[in-house]
Amino acid sequence: MIMQSAFDRSRPLARDDLARLTAADIPPGSHVNLGIGLPTRVADFLGPESGVILQTENGMLGMGPQAYGDDIDPDLINAGKLPVTETPGAAYFHAADSFAMMRGGHLDVCVLGAFQVSFDGDLANWHTGAPDAIPAVGGAMDLALGAKNVFVLMSLFSKDGSPKLVPKCTYPLTALACVSRIYTDYGVFVLTDHGIVIRETYGISRNDLARRLMITYQDD
Amino acid sequence: MAIVVEDADEAVAGIEDGSTVLIGGFGPAGQPVELIDALIRSAVQDLTVVNNNAGNGRVGLAALLANGQVRKIICSFPRQVDSYVFDELYRAGKVELELVPQGNLAERIRAAGAGIGAFFCPTGIGTPLAEGKERRAIDGRDYVLEYPIKGDVALIKAFRADTLGNLVYRKTARNFGPVMATAAKMTAVQVSEIVQPGGLDPEAVITPGIFVDRIVKITASSQLAAVGAAG
Repeated sequence: MIMQSAFDRSRPLARDDLARLTAADIPPGSHVNLGIGLPTRVADFLGPESGVILQTENGMLGMGPQAYGDDIDPDLINAGKLPVTETPGAAYFHAADSFAMMRGGHLDVCVLGAFQVSFDGDLANWHTGAPDAIPAVGGAMDLALGAKNVFVLMSLFSKDGSPKLVPKCTYPLTALACVSRIYTDYGVFVLTDHGIVIRETYGISRNDLARRLMITYQDD
Repeated sequence: MAIVVEDADEAVAGIEDGSTVLIGGFGPAGQPVELIDALIRSAVQDLTVVNNNAGNGRVGLAALLANGQVRKIICSFPRQVDSYVFDELYRAGKVELELVPQGNLAERIRAAGAGIGAFFCPTGIGTPLAEGKERRAIDGRDYVLEYPIKGDVALIKAFRADTLGNLVYRKTARNFGPVMATAAKMTAVQVSEIVQPGGLDPEAVITPGIFVDRIVKITASSQLAAVGAAG
């Protein structure tokens, strides 16, 4: 485990530090699925010493890093359709088995991006609901409800400054009450039986962050 | 019983207008491009296509869409950086979309192949994709009733077949192939190599030949370039 003090608390986390912080919280030996975009970067901080086995929903356990040059094989891609490599002990399987791993509760952790997360852990990450938007859901709904732990990795505020961690999601939902932790540039949030808790903050005080998000600050 | 046919045109012969066609592949990986090209040459119309995506670039499934042969597509992830053919047709109202979570897509196809009438699945509860569907609480958890997706035809790509139709796949190109092979009245498979019975390790066979009807060897398979398309 990387100690939290490894990160400068006086300013918001850079994207790579956010990915590194998330990686450090994944228990050794876990089976993990990483979503497209920023969550994919978590893999950069999960070396072989972590014992973490990466699942990609298009049908592989033991996914290795992205492939380049002569290592590119059109038959070996990740869920983002990028060429990847296999690690020793990798396994291939078909789509129904891949999603049995999720729905059946066999996957320890998934790390997903989000448009919005509610204080109750509702997740919205597949559709903006805009009239001209073409919806695409992929494996997001199965992953969100099936993985034992759902970590969201996202910037805390959208480009217009509005928080993405909200009392109630306004975008179409991916799954209900599924998120267990939220890793953001301004702080880490843990969803407990007693509500949402700020675990630590970056570049903002707990009180200021709680006020800005309108969450009840609980000193643990 | 599986038969080895001469070319891709023979492999897709007899497909009727209005058919539901299960097409294997996850983006470019495992997409049976030469079988789709033969479908385009056959000029069959009014198809319902089932695939994880809705075409990449202008080849394969995208070319079938561009040729106006598809009435409806059932998929999980149509929107990609190179799905411009589908995007344009969809926005113009020229193709119908049924969006299905990827796990439901796989399981509904599996159910069709396994003779399951319908099944209760938790995916989608509380979301727009479960609206209007029958629900049931089982053991304290909410589920949605999902129906099988049956194909008139399945077109898939495997790596190697024997002449009895036993199949092995290659890496992540396997994806939907094994479930689709079970779920259609006629399954046609393109492979890189065909061997005699005994040429495949029986322990390594992924799709048993009972699920396969037509096999065609495609020598120089046009591997779609693996592109950096999200989804």
